[in-house]
Amino acid sequence: MDNVIFSNVIVLSAIALAAAIILYMVSKKFNVIENPRIDEIEKTLPGANCGACGKAGCRNFAESCVKADEKSFQNLYCPVGGTAVMQKIAAVLGYSAQEKEPTVAVLKCNGTCQNAPAKIAFDGVISCRLADKISVGQSGCPNGCLRFGDCVKVCKFDALHIDPQTGIPVVDENKCTSCGACVNICPRRLFVIRPKGKNGERVYVACSNTQKGAIARKNCKTACIGCMKCVKICPEVVVENNLSRIPKSVSASRYGAELAQNCPTGAIIYKPAHKNEASDDK
Amino acid sequence: MTNKKTFSIGGIHPDKYKITSDCPITDAGLPETVYIPVKQHIGSPAKILVKKGDKVKVGTLLADADGIVSSDVHSSVSGEVTKVEEVEGEFGYLESMITIKVEGDEFEPSIDRSDDIVKEIPFTHDEIIEKIRSAGVVGMGGAGYPTPVKTSVPDNKKIDCLILNGIECEPFLTADDRLMVEKAEQIVIGAKIINKILGIQNAVIAIDENKPLAIETLTQITKRYIGVNVQICKTKYPQGGERQLIKAVTGREVPSGRLPMDVGCIVQNVGTVFAIYEAVMKNKPLFERIVTVSGDECKNPQNFRVRIGTPASWLIEKCGGISDDTAQIIFGGPMMGTSAVNVNAPITKLTSGILLLSDRLSHKEPEQDCIRCGKCVDACPVGLRPFLIARYTKENMIAELRDINVLDCIECGSCAYICPARIPLLDYCKLGKMEVKKTKK
Repeated sequence: MDNVIFSNVIVLSAIALAAAIILYMVSKKFNVIENPRIDEIEKTLPGANCGACGKAGCRNFAESCVKADEKSFQNLYCPVGGTAVMQKIAAVLGYSAQEKEPTVAVLKCNGTCQNAPAKIAFDGVISCRLADKISVGQSGCPNGCLRFGDCVKVCKFDALHIDPQTGIPVVDENKCTSCGACVNICPRRLFVIRPKGKNGERVYVACSNTQKGAIARKNCKTACIGCMKCVKICPEVVVENNLSRIPKSVSASRYGAELAQNCPTGAIIYKPAHKNEASDDK
Repeated sequence: MTNKKTFSIGGIHPDKYKITSDCPITDAGLPETVYIPVKQHIGSPAKILVKKGDKVKVGTLLADADGIVSSDVHSSVSGEVTKVEEVEGEFGYLESMITIKVEGDEFEPSIDRSDDIVKEIPFTHDEIIEKIRSAGVVGMGGAGYPTPVKTSVPDNKKIDCLILNGIECEPFLTADDRLMVEKAEQIVIGAKIINKILGIQNAVIAIDENKPLAIETLTQITKRYIGVNVQICKTKYPQGGERQLIKAVTGREVPSGRLPMDVGCIVQNVGTVFAIYEAVMKNKPLFERIVTVSGDECKNPQNFRVRIGTPASWLIEKCGGISDDTAQIIFGGPMMGTSAVNVNAPITKLTSGILLLSDRLSHKEPEQDCIRCGKCVDACPVGLRPFLIARYTKENMIAELRDINVLDCIECGSCAYICPARIPLLDYCKLGKMEVKKTKK
């Protein structure tokens, strides 16, 4: 009996040893020398593999960073990690990081169930992209939110939720990384990436309707009618196709409150600055 | 009777509801205003030629074809153009339309309004094509592909079979059925006209076995015309699909991504063939069509001959109006038609029916989990796996979707009809197709 056990142990050990030697030799022969900085950079990245940077995942982004020279490095940016992560990467590579203002996704529609009541009932529609093909949507606005939440499904950071009261998606500022997934999925292109603003203070037009004022107002109380009132307050505001657009350069702290108060339909939304930066105030 | 044919894989047998198959076609009359869309076909919209205040007659050219894949649009009434602007269409989106206020009923002098049947075809190949083109004839089965493009065969392809599609496999609809009964001889002459374009001598009129009257009438008439035959087909949905019909009648299969032309077949809807007859022999542009107004909530279902541009609501009013129990109004058939958002939308060249459905017929049950019964695979007439398409679409797996040939889906809805778990498989297929097409660009 003892013999059998001994011989088994010896034979198996011999096989294991032989295999180990082969593996060692193969790994030496076919060794791929990788820049250790790739691993180092990958560790600093968020690791969400969201593709917001335009690369195929975080590893690919790290490889691109290492490959880049000082000039082309400026074109690389991880919107999820933001400036903090970019500074860490720059430190590894010995370059200087570019400063970018933190951004957030903003819904350019305020067609809530209250403002734009549903006129038709959908039965079993599964997606906004399909609903956009088959009809104007519940409210009748051809540019408004369809309220089926394709953006919620596509968000990898749990930053978007349909508000059960209003029916439209709400962006959680603290979670939104402005990766742009919602911008691309929305069939009506209602999301835009805008600077977060100092302490979250910003002003924007929450409407995308380009119809004439009278038609737009029939479907939605808060539609922009292109009345030009905002242009009189701040000449930087642009009105095109019956729709007002507030450029990013307009100072929210200077004009924001005034623009929002004077908009006759309430299409302009002004978010005042947080009193306490850490507060969870939406 | 001759042997009855059908296509080999898939197919379903929905309830027929052909309640209007015995109602003769009646003239709907003239509404007060018509709205004529400039895009009633696949391709680019037609260029508008008229302006506000212009006087038009029945058959006046309103908009000119813009490019090869496009079609002329003619006035369907006489009167004054009151508006040339965007009006809410069937889906609620604004569409470019020409609004005409009806005054009298004056026809363009070139149109032959007599009921005589002209049998001799004195025109050459090019003359016929030009007549069809200038009459604005498009495929009236639903797709709206301009007919002159479809009948112009490139030199390197040889056509040996013309199939007239008289299947009308959608429930409720009887427009083609009645047309075959009442205008049988004109349809046969129309087939001869297309024969002349294609340079062949034979044509097959394919009819479902559930249309005995049409079969009888056409069998009688085709005895007098050499080369035209009636082929009876077993009733099955979606036999009216072009590829399914070719498979049923000739046994040939159109390969994925190819055209019926590649297997030597051309399929034309009987409505289109009748329009071709009228365009060539009577100089009559396509300004009216047969529309079935039906549905279980319709008080007085009928088949109408309707001028293009007539508001659907006006037609529904003629049939007793919208009852309180109407849950859904559908333009087209219940399987492939679209649910209308705006009832005032006009009848176009492609509207084969208007259906008023009760909640019982239009209700969608909530989606449940797939039980892997495989019924959708059995029902798919193309041989796809709808349950897998749904799964991949949910997970947004575009490459896999392309690998299982989602683009070959004909959107017939057989899978969604048969699914015992009530999964909206058709919606997932449509969504999957959209996503695949998007990434292709």
